[in-house]
Amino acid sequence: MTEILARTVDATRRYGTVLALDAVTVEIRQGEVVGLLGPNGAGKTTLVNLLVGLRRASAGRVELFGGDPLRAENRRGIGVTPQETGLPPMMRVREVVDFVAAHYADPLPLDDVLTRFGLEGLGRRQTGGLSGGQRRRLAVALAFVGRPRLVFLDEPTAGLDVLARHALWDAIRAYHADGGTVLLTSHYLEEVEALAQRVVVLGGGRVLADDTVEAVRGLAGVRRVSLTAPALPPLSDVVRVERSDGRTHLLTANADGLVRQLVRTGADFRDLEIRPSSLEEAFLTLTAPEGGQS
Amino acid sequence: MRLALVNARFTLIETVRIPIAVIGTVFFPAITMIFFVVPFAGDQPLAATFATASMVTFAIMTTNLFQYGIGIAEDRAQPWNPYTRTLPAGPGPQFAGRVLCGLLLTFVSLTPVVVIAAVATEATVEPVRLALAAGTVVIVAVPFTLMGLTIGYALPSKAAIAVAQVLFFPLAFAGGLLSAPGQAPGWVETIAPYVPTRGAVELMWATVGPFEADRTAMISFAAWSVVFGATAVWAYRRDEGRRFR
Repeated sequence: MTEILARTVDATRRYGTVLALDAVTVEIRQGEVVGLLGPNGAGKTTLVNLLVGLRRASAGRVELFGGDPLRAENRRGIGVTPQETGLPPMMRVREVVDFVAAHYADPLPLDDVLTRFGLEGLGRRQTGGLSGGQRRRLAVALAFVGRPRLVFLDEPTAGLDVLARHALWDAIRAYHADGGTVLLTSHYLEEVEALAQRVVVLGGGRVLADDTVEAVRGLAGVRRVSLTAPALPPLSDVVRVERSDGRTHLLTANADGLVRQLVRTGADFRDLEIRPSSLEEAFLTLTAPEGGQS
Repeated sequence: MRLALVNARFTLIETVRIPIAVIGTVFFPAITMIFFVVPFAGDQPLAATFATASMVTFAIMTTNLFQYGIGIAEDRAQPWNPYTRTLPAGPGPQFAGRVLCGLLLTFVSLTPVVVIAAVATEATVEPVRLALAAGTVVIVAVPFTLMGLTIGYALPSKAAIAVAQVLFFPLAFAGGLLSAPGQAPGWVETIAPYVPTRGAVELMWATVGPFEADRTAMISFAAWSVVFGATAVWAYRRDEGRRFR
């Protein structure tokens, strides 16, 4: 059994009368990359805030390395990304990195941090003068400065171009390959599919699913039926319809039934294709009852 | 302790990078010194010395009110502040760093006042008393630091700027900082002992020259310190409760 680095047991969090987390039990084990998914207002930020010691649970238990995350010494092994808009604009990149490094016993050397995250030569630049992408990379880099065992990454590649995104993914994968553990919050499902082995889906403050990426995909049991058709008769069992480039994509939990319907109605179609759903589709299906209201 | 210094350095650099913020707190006491003290009291050693002590007190008050009031209110609005709370350190070092930085800037802001006094007036002070005065600066800074903390933790930054600006001048005037000992308008002399600035300036006068500090003013100075201490703790807790509980 691998070591549990962080966990919540029936953690509940209320803000006034709003129930942000409802008896959530989640474990993050050594060496995992866990994707945390959910629509806005699902409780993702609240869950992360409990784990990094920014908030107290209203009820239930929250543990970080077996202790209370509100105690500074239990936070020695974690790294967190600040929002990139929050970097102090007047400070130079190296001053910000040095400041964070001063809090840890054995931090990464400055040059290492800058090279790993594509910030070479920017050490003397004020963070306010960086481009959006550079600020994002610096924010992510700060999570790794203290050689943490567990990092919390919130939307690590939001707003980055494809090249920068893949470079950052490589950095995260390298950290994981060295035994690092990651809790990744993202709206960007491709990112979670690319990096995570396990997915926790939150909706309305509760855990809707907690399993491997493949299992969560399968859990929804949704298939994507794609075809080219000038017009379609009304069909049952369709979760969602999308049209792009002349193709019609039907999401359904009953692909066989849907094909039978299509044939029976004598609809004019060609190039029929049936694929397993992506994580995104599973996610939409899972969060559909409570989701959408955001 | 090391982390407190790291924090102090960080806050200091951040403040100094917007030089106008520092110049602002340095400017007002210095200019008052040049326009009012030098021409009117500059040639009388005792009057010049007391007036300089008043301006030093004035500088301490404004620096602390603005430095803490506005600085903290602005920090609270930045997402950087919650991020630093995820680092493995309690709120102690950050707080200590801020106070260290505040003290340093206080000394910076009163330096021009002292320099102007030495160069352009007859003000004199024995070296021992000057050294003692440095200690008095720290004591005098206490209630104004706490007042600044209250403003900073209780108000959003725009309101904090307004409140600090509204407060500093009446406080200076009502405490008799803008007049020589015993020379303020009658109504000011009546209310002064109950204003926090009065005890502060009397402590300063008593440190640098032949002046007997008034008991009422001393008691009210101590009382105000306790009151602002309580309001600072209240405002800090309230802010914690809103943002981090």
